[in-house]
Amino acid sequence: MKKMHIVALVLIAVAIATLISFMGDVTSYDTIASAKNKPGKHVNLVAELDKSKPLIYDPVKDPNYLKFTAIDTLRNSIDVVYHNSIPTDMQKSERLVLKGYVENGTFECKEILLKCPSKYKDDMNETEKNINSGNGYGNDKNNTAAETKKP
Amino acid sequence: MTYPGEHLLPGQIGHFLALLSLASSAVATISYFKSNKAPLPADKDSWLRLARISFFLQSVCVLGVFISLYYIISNHYHEYFYAWNHSSRSLQKEYLLASFWEGQEGSFMLWSFWNMVLGWVFIWRTRKWEAPVMTIVSFAQFCIATMLIGIYFFGVKVGSNPFILFREQMPGLPIFSTPNYLTLPKIFEGNDLNTLLQNYWMVIHPPVLFLGFASTIIPFAFAYSGLVNKDHSWVKSAMPWALFSVAVLGTGVMMGAAWAYESLSFGGYWAWDPVENASLVPWLILVAGLHTNLVYNHSGYSLRSTYLFYILSFSFVLYSTFLTRSGVLGDTSVHAFTGADMTTQLLLFVLVFFLPLLFLFFKNKKNIPTIRKEENMYSREFWMFIGSLVLFLSAIVISSKTSMPVVNKVFGTNIAPPVDVEFGYNQVQIFIAIIIGILTAVTQYLKYKETKPSYFGKKILLPTVLSLILTIAIIIWGNVHYDKHGPGFLAAIYMAIFGAIYGIIGNALYIWTNLKGKLASAGASIAHVGFMLFLLGVLISSSKKETLSMNTTGINIFKKTANEDPAENITLFKNVRTDMGKYHVTYLRDTVNNFDRKKYFELKFEKKDDGETFYLYPDALKNNKGAEGFSANPDKKHYLTKDIFVYVTSWLEGDKADTTAYSPVTMKVGDTVFYSNGMLTLDHVDVNPPSPRVPYHAGETSMQLNMKVITKEGVTYTVKPEIIIQSSNSMENIPDTVLAQSLIVKFNKIIDENKGQLEIGVKESKRMNDLMTLKVYEFPFITLVWLGIILMVIGLIMSAWYRMKKLRRLKN
Repeated sequence: MKKMHIVALVLIAVAIATLISFMGDVTSYDTIASAKNKPGKHVNLVAELDKSKPLIYDPVKDPNYLKFTAIDTLRNSIDVVYHNSIPTDMQKSERLVLKGYVENGTFECKEILLKCPSKYKDDMNETEKNINSGNGYGNDKNNTAAETKKP
Repeated sequence: MTYPGEHLLPGQIGHFLALLSLASSAVATISYFKSNKAPLPADKDSWLRLARISFFLQSVCVLGVFISLYYIISNHYHEYFYAWNHSSRSLQKEYLLASFWEGQEGSFMLWSFWNMVLGWVFIWRTRKWEAPVMTIVSFAQFCIATMLIGIYFFGVKVGSNPFILFREQMPGLPIFSTPNYLTLPKIFEGNDLNTLLQNYWMVIHPPVLFLGFASTIIPFAFAYSGLVNKDHSWVKSAMPWALFSVAVLGTGVMMGAAWAYESLSFGGYWAWDPVENASLVPWLILVAGLHTNLVYNHSGYSLRSTYLFYILSFSFVLYSTFLTRSGVLGDTSVHAFTGADMTTQLLLFVLVFFLPLLFLFFKNKKNIPTIRKEENMYSREFWMFIGSLVLFLSAIVISSKTSMPVVNKVFGTNIAPPVDVEFGYNQVQIFIAIIIGILTAVTQYLKYKETKPSYFGKKILLPTVLSLILTIAIIIWGNVHYDKHGPGFLAAIYMAIFGAIYGIIGNALYIWTNLKGKLASAGASIAHVGFMLFLLGVLISSSKKETLSMNTTGINIFKKTANEDPAENITLFKNVRTDMGKYHVTYLRDTVNNFDRKKYFELKFEKKDDGETFYLYPDALKNNKGAEGFSANPDKKHYLTKDIFVYVTSWLEGDKADTTAYSPVTMKVGDTVFYSNGMLTLDHVDVNPPSPRVPYHAGETSMQLNMKVITKEGVTYTVKPEIIIQSSNSMENIPDTVLAQSLIVKFNKIIDENKGQLEIGVKESKRMNDLMTLKVYEFPFITLVWLGIILMVIGLIMSAWYRMKKLRRLKN
């Protein structure tokens, strides 16, 4: 066999081994119930913000503490603690992907991905809402940032 | 019903031209194909003439469509959905182009525009390969044209028409029952451009990136030409095109990184986001192809891999289009793309190019010349091929990881990204960097075919020794202590730093020792030095990235655990000088600029050790398109050796004059009082609580009231106002707040110790003090990243120029 073939085979083997070892690092998408069953293990929760429960974020006390309740499609809910500032658009999001793990019944969140009504398709519903509110009047474009960012 | 004030003509022209461009590109494809197949020169020429005419017509249409849409956007004809949805009247003029390519359709038009330009340059420069190459280019134009028609065939919608009227797009909206709907403010003003895209990089980054994407079609089309005509002499003509493509695509990708650094609050320039990866992968494969192409030109080896790499590079461009536009990335990307019902069409776009070429390749594999004899170990081609293979495998590994959502969709699995996504990529790519660094340094000193080991040893000695010395110096004095992922990874970082330095020194010395300073032919070496400088910049700026806003504040710092990031946000009150590690920071004021509609924060930084003072102005732009909140734009203080990178994470605006007073209330444990939005109960009083909010010293007495706030909505909060009685009999009062209720509660005094009567003060302020939370990073040596890229691009362009001149000399 040629030297080049040996080198190529070795490199390809390394690449495959890398991908297989990567499969050991991957996590899974979970429901709240299944995440509670494996405390301490990193999971991705797909849930939404429970708007009937308090959302606590007070930068005066601690800019790195956010607490809220997440609820999933099976109507299970869990308290979530996130040690960072509140993501923009949190209250507006349709869906949250929460990365972290369950500890003592609460979800220690490391990262929040927001799925906002955005760009193309979903945009249509949002546009309709946007247009219909106030019959198309009441454009507030020019006082942009004068509004408070409500935590 | 008639609607006054609508301008229907530009849209009709635009849509007609879009359809005509579809038809003419179909004719151009067929005629170029026929011209290439025709055996007789006369037939060839007549087909070629027809092909050029139709390609010309197609070009006119593409330009026409482009101009029509731009005319509509720039005149704010909001009867068109595209103009309404992507721009507004108050948008700065510079960003109108960014509105153009905010949507799917506009970016496809950009692609089509570049295909057309590339097509004409090709026709002008490379006559010999015109027919087969332009077959592919015209066919790509045809495919892109189908994306823009928006017509139903047998109930299936093909493409999406950018000239659709608002009232056709959403016929159900009640506003369209009024004839003069265009005068309604929300329609008149426009839905605006997404705030994140209101940045100058967004005007320039997409055109460059799309030129990069489009240009990868030329090497691909050359590969096609070689396979159908069984003529492999295209490799020399392909070199300048491939070099150009590497330069432009590289620039485009890094401009995106610069945009992320300038205007996104990622906290950096690269996050291994699927969208970024998708554009990096074709670049890596193209670089691999470029090197095997060079190997073949000089030694006759590696022609098959050149074919494969060029085919795959454009296929991965198409695949990246599929990934980013079909919505399949869903939960893994911060770029929230959602599908526009074009998934099938986009998938076909990939397959219609990839599968036939793959078939052609395997059908003709036997006819592609190879050399039986083994490459010499002391030859340049051997190691260059290994380098290409490493780059290619790195691209495959990145792409496989990025494609996880596709795997989930196809196989119904449930795989999510690993805990630390970035590290998942870094831990592999760092080894790629080491190998590529060392190969880049060493390989130039080897000659093609055969090198005398003694010659090689003599040449390589000086760069090796110099690089080792420099690397050891950096390890000892450079303070690179990135131990977050253990000593193994730190060692890998050191090795990669060595690789990068070796690459820089090796190539720089090569210009002097081997090329005798002849810059004309030094393009490759300069590009290598640039890329290695870039790599060094990446390594140092990432491994030494520091969060400055961390270990501070008088206010609660969250408990730091072993393997987690501590809190990275600092709270600043207006006009209160706050201690932030190496700096004192003061939030001086904020202003709203009506011109670019941003809120600027003025922050004063005072360095503790040398008293250096500077001001930074991060800003925030209120989100639009129905989204709440704001987009933060960072500001930076540039030094030669580092950047201080600052952005606002949230802010609260206080009342101009807070005149509300505390109203005193007498309570004892168990009592309840009311406030405007609910009630307050006093549960119990803790004397010297074990975990006070504010620590007290020995000899002091702390009293903390545990109170519950129950709002009308039934939400419960706790407040714990506190007093600390100090030894000097003075008293410190620490109020507590419920921000969501704008409620401040303080513990005034003890009225009657025996009856347990206390006085508390309750204040309902509409708003509290102005405050903001801030993140501050330090990126050392980030300049090297940008400098390296610029140098690399210069080197690539020089190299393309040099090879073009050589080709011309060959012809004469």
